[in-house]
Amino acid sequence: MNIIVCLKQVPDTETQIKIAPDGKSIVEDDIKWIMNPYDEFGVEEALRIKEKFGGEVTVVGLGPKRVTEAIRTALAMGADKGILITDDALEGSDSLATAKALTAAIKDLDYDIIFTGQRGIDDDLGLVGASVAEFLGIPHIALGIKVEIADDQSSVKVHRPVEGQTLVIESPLPVLITAQKGLNEPRYASLPGIMKAKKKPLEEKSLADLGVDASEFGEAARKLKIIELTPPPERKAGKIIEGETPQEKAAELAKLLHEEAKVL
Amino acid sequence: MDFTLSMEQEILRKSVRDFAENEIRPVAKELDEREEFSYETMQKMAELGLFGMVVSETYGGQGMDYLSYIIATEEIARVDGSHAATVAAGNSLGIGPIYYYGNEEQKQKYLPKLCSGEALWGFGLTEPNAGSDAGNSKTTAILDGDEWVVNGSKIFITNASTEISAGVTALCRTGTRDDGRPELSCIIVEAGTPGYEARPMHGKMMWRASNTSELYFEDCRVPKENLLGERGHGFHQMLETLDKGRLSIGAMGLGGAQGCFEMALRYARERVQFGKPIAHFQVNSFKLADMAMEIECARLLLYKACWLCDNDKPFGKEAAMAKLYCSEVMYRCANHAVQLHGGYGLMKEYDVERFYRDQKLLEIGEGTSEVQRIVISRYIGAI
Ligand SMILES: Cc1cc2nc3c(=O)[nH]c(=O)nc-3n(C[C@H](O)[C@H](O)[C@H](O)COP(=O)(O)OP(=O)(O)OC[C@H]3O[C@@H](n4cnc5c(N)ncnc54)[C@H](O)[C@@H]3O)c2cc1C
Ligand SMILES: Cc1cc2nc3c(=O)[nH]c(=O)nc-3n(C[C@H](O)[C@H](O)[C@H](O)COP(=O)(O)OP(=O)(O)OC[C@H]3O[C@@H](n4cnc5c(N)ncnc54)[C@H](O)[C@@H]3O)c2cc1C
Repeated sequence: MNIIVCLKQVPDTETQIKIAPDGKSIVEDDIKWIMNPYDEFGVEEALRIKEKFGGEVTVVGLGPKRVTEAIRTALAMGADKGILITDDALEGSDSLATAKALTAAIKDLDYDIIFTGQRGIDDDLGLVGASVAEFLGIPHIALGIKVEIADDQSSVKVHRPVEGQTLVIESPLPVLITAQKGLNEPRYASLPGIMKAKKKPLEEKSLADLGVDASEFGEAARKLKIIELTPPPERKAGKIIEGETPQEKAAELAKLLHEEAKVL
Repeated sequence: MDFTLSMEQEILRKSVRDFAENEIRPVAKELDEREEFSYETMQKMAELGLFGMVVSETYGGQGMDYLSYIIATEEIARVDGSHAATVAAGNSLGIGPIYYYGNEEQKQKYLPKLCSGEALWGFGLTEPNAGSDAGNSKTTAILDGDEWVVNGSKIFITNASTEISAGVTALCRTGTRDDGRPELSCIIVEAGTPGYEARPMHGKMMWRASNTSELYFEDCRVPKENLLGERGHGFHQMLETLDKGRLSIGAMGLGGAQGCFEMALRYARERVQFGKPIAHFQVNSFKLADMAMEIECARLLLYKACWLCDNDKPFGKEAAMAKLYCSEVMYRCANHAVQLHGGYGLMKEYDVERFYRDQKLLEIGEGTSEVQRIVISRYIGAI
């Protein structure tokens, strides 16, 4: 089983996001970058499949040089090799362009399963996984919370939650699966793993190396344009319901929900 | 000057931080309350690779540099002092002497299981009547044919009486030197040797989930080969071990201070009195500013001492300074953090309460603050 995991680097969830003066981007100076948590589920699942069936796990990242750290983290967790697609022309690319570049890097590799996160926790678009599958012409199963490989290793069953139910979807290989929370508990990069990762291969590829036209990437080629970013509104103070008895309080609450909040 | 950490060090910090938050934070308070050493977290720390960090791969270690070890210890201490103590004592005091002074056979015999975390090891220097004045050890080891016969006792020995404690390196008087002063040597005593007993000590104010022991040797016979390194070099070996150990105590001060700072900042931004978050009152924001500044200084000093050590330059003076400074920074940070928490900071429900207690050890263990000042005074030629 050869598995590819696509990964993105995103701001740490603890980071206080500040909007940049241009009003369309965020200030990146103080940001701590981490591997997108949904991609981490993908890395973990890939490692578990490899441990069971053998094979190789390749992680593919895209972005500036700092993304190397996320790739090395995946290598420290146990992945075998990494590819970083990095090129100044990629700056400002939208999801579709990102998917195109990933596809170009993946298409000639030998793979049975591709994992991506179901979405990036930064832009929250959830487009890359499906787009890569489409460009590669392979099936795409979204939001996997359980992945079962058939004993003959020719197909896969993926569990996907739907409104409290579980949908079980079967697909031949190769397939692209997007990882959802609940798929697994990712392992920590162990200290021996971190030392081993130093010696694992990590290739850097430019758009020219991938044989694609740079004009299809970057800010200018965006199909989706960000017009404005605004911070979430400040939370207003809550209201404490007064009343002598629970009954009185409940009645008051119902009244306020009806008259003030207008939700009843 | 280049202040950037290597990518491996960044990944290490993140991984150990996540580990400490997820595996240690949820149990630290309860273990402290019950004064219990946890085999479960010990095993998890071992699986992560937190033992034998600077030992070469040949003996099952991780082959990392000292700075990496210090960063890992700092991250554990940011969440809990007791667990950081198990790690720091395990690496610096348990594994250190065997790795640096042991012969090939001893290293092969003990290091793999100590580096895998299957076993822990004690560093037996302090005695009831020889604390700061450790050279005054009274425990004796007399060579009788092919065996050393050990008699005496040790006190406050970390990691020496858990179910997985495999033995101790004990400083003993092995004779008298030509100048009439006692000859001190390090003797390896394995757990289970008749005449050797290790008893857990209870009733500690701090590091309550770390194992501390009293050791008794009564006509305890160990093979002649259990001498560690050269005869008569014991005290020197112990002092060198403490030089390195100070870096890890520094890491505990730094990490603990960082933990206090983060808790205090979060609380001060959330707690509203007089209509505003208390962080908005200048007297409080200045406390937080001082904490941030001192932590930054402490980190620079400690990392510099590690850099000297990693580059084979003399680091004894800086290690003593870093140990002293980091523990005093944590003292001030823990004090501010409790103060900012008001009455709640005095309650066990809030972690700052535990940090406030755990801090105190750092000014006492592995050479008190006074002893560090003596060491520094000597280095700078004042005495
Ligand atoms: C939890 C814990 C874990 C420990 N782990 C270990 C371990 O693993 N191995 C080990 O060998 N030891 C260990 N110790 C012992 C520790 O190193 C000693 O407690 C420490 O060295 C101080 O010795 P003491 O307690 O005998 O105090 P004392 O030496 O009696 O000191 C009492 C006070 O007198 C001051 N003082 C002493 N001499 C001077 C002087 N010349 N000038 C000025 N002031 C002086 C001291 O600074 C201190 O304030 C541990 C201790 C604790 C509490
Ligand atoms: C053991 C114990 C016994 C007690 N007994 C009693 C009792 O019998 N009766 C009773 O009524 N209460 C009692 N208290 C409560 C005690 O008086 C309060 O804890 C104390 O007044 C502080 O209030 P707080 O804990 O809410 O802290 P906060 O008021 O939230 O203070 C938190 C921090 O913010 C600072 N701060 C707050 N406002 C300002 C400001 N305007 N400018 C600058 N800094 C500010 C404080 O100095 C403190 O450092 C007791 C508390 C304890 C722990």
